[in-house]
Amino acid sequence: MNPAATLPAVLAIAWLLPLAAFAVVWIGYSLPQLAGRRPGATAQRFAGWLATSAIGSSFALSMFALVVWLAYHPLGGDEHGGHGAPPSYSGDYYLLAQFGELRLSIGYYIDALTVAMFAMVTLISTCVHVYSMGYMDEELHEVADHEVATSDGNYLHRPGRYHRFYQYLSLFSFSMLGIVLAGNLAMVFVFWELVGICSYFLIGFYYERPSASTAANKAFIVNRIGDFGMLIGLMALWTSLGTLQFGDTQLTARTSAGHVKMVVPIEQGIFSKLRSEDQHYHLDASAMVRSAETDESAHPGYWLLFVAGLGIFSGCVGKSAQFPLHTWLPDAMAGPTPVSALVHSATMVAAGVYLVGRCYPIFVPEALLVVAVVGAVTLALGASIAITAFDIKHVLAYSTISQLGYMMLALGLGGWVAGLFHLVTHAFFKSLLFLCSGSVIHAVHSNDLRHMGGLRHKMPWTAYTMLAGCLAIIGAGVPIWGIGFSGYFSKDAVIEQAWSFAGANPSPTYQLLLYVPIAGAFATACYMFRLWYMTFVGEPGHPHRFENAHESPPSMVGPLVVLAVFAIGVGWHTPFMSDLSVTSILEQARPAGTQATTSGTLLTELTLPDEHLSHEPEIADPASQSAFFAALLGVLLATMIYVWRWLHADEIRQSFAPIYKLLSNAWWFNELYQWTFVRPTLALSRLFASIDRWVIDPLVNGLARLFAYAAKLLDRVVDRGVVDSSFDALAHGTWDVGLALRRLQTGRLRQYMVFLVVGTLGLFAIASLCWKYALAG
Amino acid sequence: MYLLGHLLTEPVGVVHYMIVGAVLFTCGVVCMATKRNALGILMGIELVLNGANVNLIAFGSPYLRGAEATIGLDGQLMAMFVIVLAAAEAAVALAIALNFYNNFGSIDVDRANQLKG
Repeated sequence: MNPAATLPAVLAIAWLLPLAAFAVVWIGYSLPQLAGRRPGATAQRFAGWLATSAIGSSFALSMFALVVWLAYHPLGGDEHGGHGAPPSYSGDYYLLAQFGELRLSIGYYIDALTVAMFAMVTLISTCVHVYSMGYMDEELHEVADHEVATSDGNYLHRPGRYHRFYQYLSLFSFSMLGIVLAGNLAMVFVFWELVGICSYFLIGFYYERPSASTAANKAFIVNRIGDFGMLIGLMALWTSLGTLQFGDTQLTARTSAGHVKMVVPIEQGIFSKLRSEDQHYHLDASAMVRSAETDESAHPGYWLLFVAGLGIFSGCVGKSAQFPLHTWLPDAMAGPTPVSALVHSATMVAAGVYLVGRCYPIFVPEALLVVAVVGAVTLALGASIAITAFDIKHVLAYSTISQLGYMMLALGLGGWVAGLFHLVTHAFFKSLLFLCSGSVIHAVHSNDLRHMGGLRHKMPWTAYTMLAGCLAIIGAGVPIWGIGFSGYFSKDAVIEQAWSFAGANPSPTYQLLLYVPIAGAFATACYMFRLWYMTFVGEPGHPHRFENAHESPPSMVGPLVVLAVFAIGVGWHTPFMSDLSVTSILEQARPAGTQATTSGTLLTELTLPDEHLSHEPEIADPASQSAFFAALLGVLLATMIYVWRWLHADEIRQSFAPIYKLLSNAWWFNELYQWTFVRPTLALSRLFASIDRWVIDPLVNGLARLFAYAAKLLDRVVDRGVVDSSFDALAHGTWDVGLALRRLQTGRLRQYMVFLVVGTLGLFAIASLCWKYALAG
Repeated sequence: MYLLGHLLTEPVGVVHYMIVGAVLFTCGVVCMATKRNALGILMGIELVLNGANVNLIAFGSPYLRGAEATIGLDGQLMAMFVIVLAAAEAAVALAIALNFYNNFGSIDVDRANQLKG
């Protein structure tokens, strides 16, 4: 078996299966629905099974690909060398178009990261598909939406949209896998937008609710802002390097005569252009500048790389809900909870982090510093807001924002493996947490934490799987023994890298990038346990809802258990195969030349330390312990308030009223954007609308009226006055002549005779006279 | 008077025949213009036609105009046509007269004024 041929084929099938499911459901269900034919409950359930089996097969194929990868690329062999390029396969499936040098193709770039992401995305997606069979059950029949009132005062009744949910989930899985598999940035961009549109469809799934349709619009528009920056980044790269291909691609062309494939020279990808083997994989900024006459001291290529990096990162800011474009994510919770779990916590928002990781060789240290700072700000913002939120899904949404901040921070500080490792572990425990919250919402029919409480007796499976998720996200573990939940390893890796960075850069400003994640660990523990205590411990907040609560069906609990197992263990080394772990797989995919300690060219005192240095005991131990104690303090604080009741939440709220107000209003970002962007835009639109209405409309109307008046005038004067009257006169004349001639017809036969004779005589007379003159003339 | 004298002294020729034809024609026209009786009008028509016939015969006669000046039998042939046509016309006219009589109980052509304008 040749992995260079097998892996692309296997992953392509795994990638296209959800598309096939989407196509079948779309053609078989949604199109007939346009014609008014509604599929029955059984048929809709079949659509669910179809989509689930498609993504399940994708998962199986992804696991097969992972096994093939591991079989052919033993882990740990090249781990500490760090000199060679990581093993990867790149090529094109299909050439879409070629414009001069620009080749747009459906291609693939497969390395250990791709394979790992495939396994992660398909596994979580499968779990969510299965879970949705239980959660979306009510959509099989007619639904009464209690959040939408119709004009006659009743609740909205609408037909269920079960098949549609699965249709969009399939399309989403396809798009996300497309981003992961993509072999060039143009293809990434296409699937990036597809993911965005799927997100739009899924957030707006309950589109009758104004909140849902507004949130869908908001998510889409905010993402567009980031994508604009991404386009700029792509243009910078394309104009400088002339390619958008990640890896080196062997171009093949068919000769027109036969089917002989003619091998033409390899197209160099971005990675090898910027970090060529000859340069020992050092970032070569001069590759960005084609002409040799430029002033080297101004670093034009370096600046271009900086712009390209920032551009791509701004796309990731939108998709991964980083500050300042994070506002769409909490609103996106208007969608069904499985969507929140899959799309808005585990995979779609992870696409941004993934792309930063994938394009890591492009980023210059200054751009990475921007990534890190944005990540740190996002982390602090998200964590602080999550503490005060009362909507269970909002807590998780802000928690997602905060965790995404961790990933960006890690990537920005040089911790490539740490960031992507946290991405993988976070995907598992955050989807678990969201699915648990969905289970709770399904049971109590409310999102409000104050309506819950004491539910662990009613729904133990949900409660304890969620506890596993909470422990995973706060990074629970025992530092001395080195065991813990998955988050323990990944979050420690992030904080270790931050610690290492703070050590390498003594400047006090850079120290903040260490304190923020540690404070974030404290806040994470605090709000996660606040969430868990308020939901599952204490007195029921709403007795009626509590009475009706029940454990969810097996189709929902099953995925919870699977995800809980992964949330606990995904960070571990596999027993008996100590080399096999997520970190070592990721380590294998580390882009060439990005491991070594690097310094900035523009900011000369900026140093990004080698990631392996962060595993040294003198850095790892204090970092791990500080993270552990921060988390412990957070849990203790939450326990003191919500279990032991030593402190009262209301009193704290009152004594820190201004801060509480700031946090509970999400730092007034929505209001800020409302006043700075939305309202001015709306005012401007209104201005133009009024110009349209009061200037252009009257102008057009006036012109129209003028022409109508002129036409009427013409009608009166020319048509009626001249044309009509002349015809009338002609007709009258003819009539009168006719009347006059009529008198001749006397009806007397003998008179006619006389007329004949007289006429003949007259003619004779005239003829003879004229004859005479005619002869004479 | 000169003309009359001239006619009387000359030997009989085409002009004499033409005068006879003209007289006959004039008689027929006067008959048509004055008679109220439909049969009288028919007779007037016959007179007119025969007046014309006299002219045709005279122009076509080799005895009157010399063998080289005539146009052969054409004049007599045309007269024959006129006679045949006159017979056919008389048959139709008599049928009209009979129908007219059946409708009006008279053959006074002055009463046939329904085509008055």
